[in-house]
Amino acid sequence: MASIDIESVRKSYGPFPVLHGVDLTIRDGEFIVLVGPSGCGKSTLLRMIAGLEEVTSGDIRISGNRVNDLAPKDRDIAMVFQSYALYPHMSVADNMSYSLRLRKTAKEKIASAVGGAAAKLGLEPLLERRPKALSGGQRQRVAMGRAIVRKPKAFLFDEPLSNLDARLREQMRAEIKKLHADLKATSIYVTHDQIEAMTLADRIVAMHGGVVQQVGSPLELYDTPANLFVAGFIGSPGMNFLEGRYVVPGEGKGAGIRLSDGTVVPVASRTGIGPDATVTLGIRPEHVVISDTGMLEASVDLVEPTGFGIILHLSLHGLPFKIFTLDREALSAGPTVRVDFPQKYLHVFDDKGDRVG
Amino acid sequence: MRPGKLLLIGAHRGAILVYVVFALFPLFWLLKVSVTPNDLLYSEGVRMWPSRTTFEHFNFVIAHSAFPTFFKNSLIVSGATAVVVTILASLSGYALSRFSFRAKYWIVALMLITQMFPLVMLVAPIFKMLSPLGLTNSLTGLVIVYSAFNVPFATFLMQSFFDGIPKDLEEAAMIDGATQFVAFRQIILPLTLPGIAATLGFVFTAAWSELLFALMLISGNDAATFPVGLLTFVSKFSVDFGQMMAAGVLALIPACLFFLLIQRYLVQGLTAGAVKG
Repeated sequence: MASIDIESVRKSYGPFPVLHGVDLTIRDGEFIVLVGPSGCGKSTLLRMIAGLEEVTSGDIRISGNRVNDLAPKDRDIAMVFQSYALYPHMSVADNMSYSLRLRKTAKEKIASAVGGAAAKLGLEPLLERRPKALSGGQRQRVAMGRAIVRKPKAFLFDEPLSNLDARLREQMRAEIKKLHADLKATSIYVTHDQIEAMTLADRIVAMHGGVVQQVGSPLELYDTPANLFVAGFIGSPGMNFLEGRYVVPGEGKGAGIRLSDGTVVPVASRTGIGPDATVTLGIRPEHVVISDTGMLEASVDLVEPTGFGIILHLSLHGLPFKIFTLDREALSAGPTVRVDFPQKYLHVFDDKGDRVG
Repeated sequence: MRPGKLLLIGAHRGAILVYVVFALFPLFWLLKVSVTPNDLLYSEGVRMWPSRTTFEHFNFVIAHSAFPTFFKNSLIVSGATAVVVTILASLSGYALSRFSFRAKYWIVALMLITQMFPLVMLVAPIFKMLSPLGLTNSLTGLVIVYSAFNVPFATFLMQSFFDGIPKDLEEAAMIDGATQFVAFRQIILPLTLPGIAATLGFVFTAAWSELLFALMLISGNDAATFPVGLLTFVSKFSVDFGQMMAAGVLALIPACLFFLLIQRYLVQGLTAGAVKG
């Protein structure tokens, strides 16, 4: 097992920069999830750690040793690919033992390592099969087995579950989490699925446009997103945003945000922000309260029952706005509803999109 | 089944039949003439099958002509060319498929340009180059020339097969502990067997039936390949059609055997390369 240090790492393809200086320290045994939309550079960063992409500048260290110029085979890491990348002409057992055979490991050791991994993943009856005779979920398991069979310094996962159906994905997610608890291996996991990120990660690294936006525990990112991007990306349905201007406290009134229709939404007083500054108010759909005495009125566009709860699609000042509620009464919501924003759940972002207070 | 559909199927099968007959008729004629006794060759008029058949031409060709030498030479030249070209094309096709390097565009363009020349134009310069090296009238010279002409196309063919194999596979192998070359040899090459078979077959038949350069570069019977050898059945005053055709039938055998052996890969290979390439 090992720690991984990423220091000012940049990557450009010719004149096109894709990573603008990433700094990250991954502790021994930690499960880190890199999350972000397509093209944010998360897979590129993972592939640079694996040695499959060259580092344009900066350093990557595994267990303190600089690995920039080491071939993938000399980095002692294992990787699970989105496509699984199983060798089609080899049996499951041969797929799993390939890395050990390359290292000229003794036959008995290989047999016990493959047997152990197969037992962990429930692959024993499939060992003699070829990959094409396996289902998607089974292939995924073999890919995992191939990674855990030799005990590498770190595991890298490149969107390993995105080719599976929803149910299988949920099951494999739980298995990966169990496996990590069992092996306690340093893991870096790339996904664009924020549920995977929230459920698996010790810490999430949210990326956008080749820049790390925020690093923190899943709940930190959820409760105190550092900027508009993280606020909008983490959480489903996503956070609601309303534009407004900051009203400083005074004359017996507290601080507030004045919306376009003149309504002032009271917020806790913030520092570092001037009077009348343009701000964005954010509130998660599950934190909006429907109440007959609510201060804002919104028209109901669509009611989506998910079984677990209900998503109301509203128009508030002409902008889309969502509410998530467990209250079944929302199903019979009229053409308009009145809503309130509890102060403790409000997020305020300045005109650059950064969190205020 | 509706009559319209039946008619359509009938027309389809009919068209295929016509094509097959058209394509195979020359081969049939080759066989027919090869078993026709000399005295019946001109006396019976145009018949689909002679009234009497004989194997005397085959006997003569095998026992009393230089044909076995031609055959052996052809086998050596075609086999060697196929192996040399396939090895070179595998390596260069892999490089074009997987690596990006500075002169890649120009190398591809250059290889394409070599395919645009009418070969006749090149006979004289090539003779001039090979002659001082002692490579005229030698099988080695022929192998070199054939290899040079076949490598570009074979490279493109192999490249399309490599393009069809996901890059993830080598990357997985490299992370598993293989060098790029080991990944190529142990993971990618076995998956390219259909492509290799297709390339081998293509180059083998191209070399097997090549006449122009063989004729120009080879002068004696000792190093003549079978297409050149066939011409020895044409003399100043007559053409030994029977023997020539018998030699032709015999010459078909290795090509047929070869394709029989690789056809399983070939069908898979040609379609796979076509779709994925």
